[in-house]
Amino acid sequence: MTAIVLKKGRVIDPSQHLDTERTVIIRDGRISGIYPPGDEPPVEEDVLEFNVDGLVVCPGFIDLHVHLRDPGEEWKEDIASGTLAAARGGFTTVVAMPNTIPPNDTPQVTAYIVRRAREVGHVRVVPAGRIVRADGTALSPFGEMVEAGACAFTDDGSWTSDAQLMERAMEYAKAFGVPLLSHPEEPALSCGGQINEGQMSLLLGLKGIPSQAEEVAVFRDIKLAELTGGHLHLQHISTKGSVELVKLAKEKGMKNITCEVTPHHFSLTEEAVEGFNTSAKVKPPLRTEDDRQALLLGLRDGTIDCIATDHAPHSELEKKREFNEAAFGISGLETALPLSLNLVRNGHISLSRLVELLSVNPARIISSRGGTLKPGAPADVTVFDPDLEWEVTPEALASRGKNTPFLGKKLRGRVVITIVEGRIVHSVLKV
Amino acid sequence: MSFPERGLIGIRALRREDIELILRTARSMKDISKRDVKKVPALRGKTVANLFFEPSTRTRTSFELAAKRLSADVVNFSPSGSSMAKGELMLDTVKNILAMNVDALVIRAKPEGACEFISQHVDVPVINAGDGMHEHPTQALLDALTMEEQFGTLDGLKVLIVGDILHSRVARSNIYLLKNFDIEIRVCGPPTLIPRGIESMGVKVFYHLQEALEGVNVIMMLRIQMERMQGGHFPSIHEYSKFWGLTAEILDRHAPPDAVVMHPGPLNRGVEITPDVADGARSVILYQVENGVAVRMAVLYLVVGGGR
Repeated sequence: MTAIVLKKGRVIDPSQHLDTERTVIIRDGRISGIYPPGDEPPVEEDVLEFNVDGLVVCPGFIDLHVHLRDPGEEWKEDIASGTLAAARGGFTTVVAMPNTIPPNDTPQVTAYIVRRAREVGHVRVVPAGRIVRADGTALSPFGEMVEAGACAFTDDGSWTSDAQLMERAMEYAKAFGVPLLSHPEEPALSCGGQINEGQMSLLLGLKGIPSQAEEVAVFRDIKLAELTGGHLHLQHISTKGSVELVKLAKEKGMKNITCEVTPHHFSLTEEAVEGFNTSAKVKPPLRTEDDRQALLLGLRDGTIDCIATDHAPHSELEKKREFNEAAFGISGLETALPLSLNLVRNGHISLSRLVELLSVNPARIISSRGGTLKPGAPADVTVFDPDLEWEVTPEALASRGKNTPFLGKKLRGRVVITIVEGRIVHSVLKV
Repeated sequence: MSFPERGLIGIRALRREDIELILRTARSMKDISKRDVKKVPALRGKTVANLFFEPSTRTRTSFELAAKRLSADVVNFSPSGSSMAKGELMLDTVKNILAMNVDALVIRAKPEGACEFISQHVDVPVINAGDGMHEHPTQALLDALTMEEQFGTLDGLKVLIVGDILHSRVARSNIYLLKNFDIEIRVCGPPTLIPRGIESMGVKVFYHLQEALEGVNVIMMLRIQMERMQGGHFPSIHEYSKFWGLTAEILDRHAPPDAVVMHPGPLNRGVEITPDVADGARSVILYQVENGVAVRMAVLYLVVGGGR
């Protein structure tokens, strides 16, 4: 296998407290070594050498929340297009949500996703299975699905209202060392809701979803995690109240609670739906500036563990509709980095913290071997130019889902090389 | 581009001078309807399509009469017995009607934002005849015309809206309109039917009708939809009418003697309003209906081209 040399980049790897100019050498799919420029050992075999002076080199990003729509809704996205979008966005591993057709609640569907990703995928795909079987009666077979390659179980899109079932799930998952990814939304409070309950729902007459619909669910799940000791990962938290609840739990010493936030929730507010803009229709809904500020604070102070995109591609069929009829969701894999870099540019976090949020921490949550550039680790590497400006156009996106409120906007920061296990899966740099 | 070029999607986008222009035009249109020959050639050769994706009698009839009194040709479309029942999308239906070269669309539809959505995808003006819980702009305009006739001016009035504010496009459009004037706006109803945070729209909230009626000039009663009871918004029709229904006794005891009573219809007699109030001397409900035609004539005239 050809060796890869990434020469003189700014190597940021919080897993080994590194943020300095280094050369990274990759051999046989693994990180071979990291060397001060000038101290590199000679590389005898075939070598691809990239001069990455001025660019950031870091462990590949890991997205805990991606809808690949495969099997069953391939007109929206499939494993090939979704993983290409991931590669372009700098993600070397994505966790595939189970709300496919059929849903991923059997080892057979898990195995299909793993196999298909091996055949046509550009990056690693690790499936998350459903917590409760689609017929609603019992837990999915966690053990068999973990054997087939599942890394987590989730109720994404439809919260497990039955507290007893969720309690059992948290207990049972402990046997297999996998987290439960909860979509905190009390349906009795959110049903029929289209956007955040607040100023925009008043102005537009659309049914609102109050923050409390999320917060009562966050609170219940934290209590169940307290009861069971199971690993609870809260998906896409969006409100100030949720951040406060997680912070409180962490201050009480609960190490078994983690959470994620999406780039659209920390970048936008409910005002993005003005004019009945369906590209900003998403669950949980975009909230207020007050909530957004709380998310920024949570990203800074460590309450929030990671950034996940909740990449939810839809076609024009689902989005070019009357607002009530339009699907929820934002296509997010390819805009995550520039939006996250805004956090650095605006002084909220350091670049090193950004790499933690996009790589190191998500790796830890699903016990992935990625998230590090330590010698011997799989060579999952992302190289990006933090200042390269580009315009978000339908043509610029590899995802079939062009449903993003950032369409037509210019964003700063772009991935230039993505390497998965020593294979270059995306590159705009010349050797 | 806004009013009148794009049509009339909502009151929210209008400025005070737009509202005053429509009301002024409507006043001159009223005379036409009182003539022996109730027709002027202002929109001769123009075609207006009435697309009512949701049932309506008075609004559709009112728009139809308004267009005909301006000599426009009118086509009426309602989904029953049409291809909508076969699953055609609303936008495709609209585009099919437009391909027959119509000059303006009057649309009523259930989804909030439907008129905005359609107007973004067609190049003729769209007039909103009610979209879900969003807006019903011509209703608010006819209400304003009625108030202005009763009191000579809008500035200085106190207007009370009673009932299901939460689900009401009429309330929302009225609030947007009245805020352009020096008007005290009050809303009253069970707290479950008043949107949280509505104070931020510049209205005062009351839960007790007697209290809300003190000193008002206009009392606008909204229709209570029976299905809200199943949704748990209030326990029974009986209890609703006991606390929020307008009776002659409450009206006489708590409202000033010159206050008028309005209702956008259709009425639930004995629920939100008793017959003696609906048919009484202070009721201006039928003037509202009459003014509806005049306001719609004015909007069509300004939008469809006669006004430019």
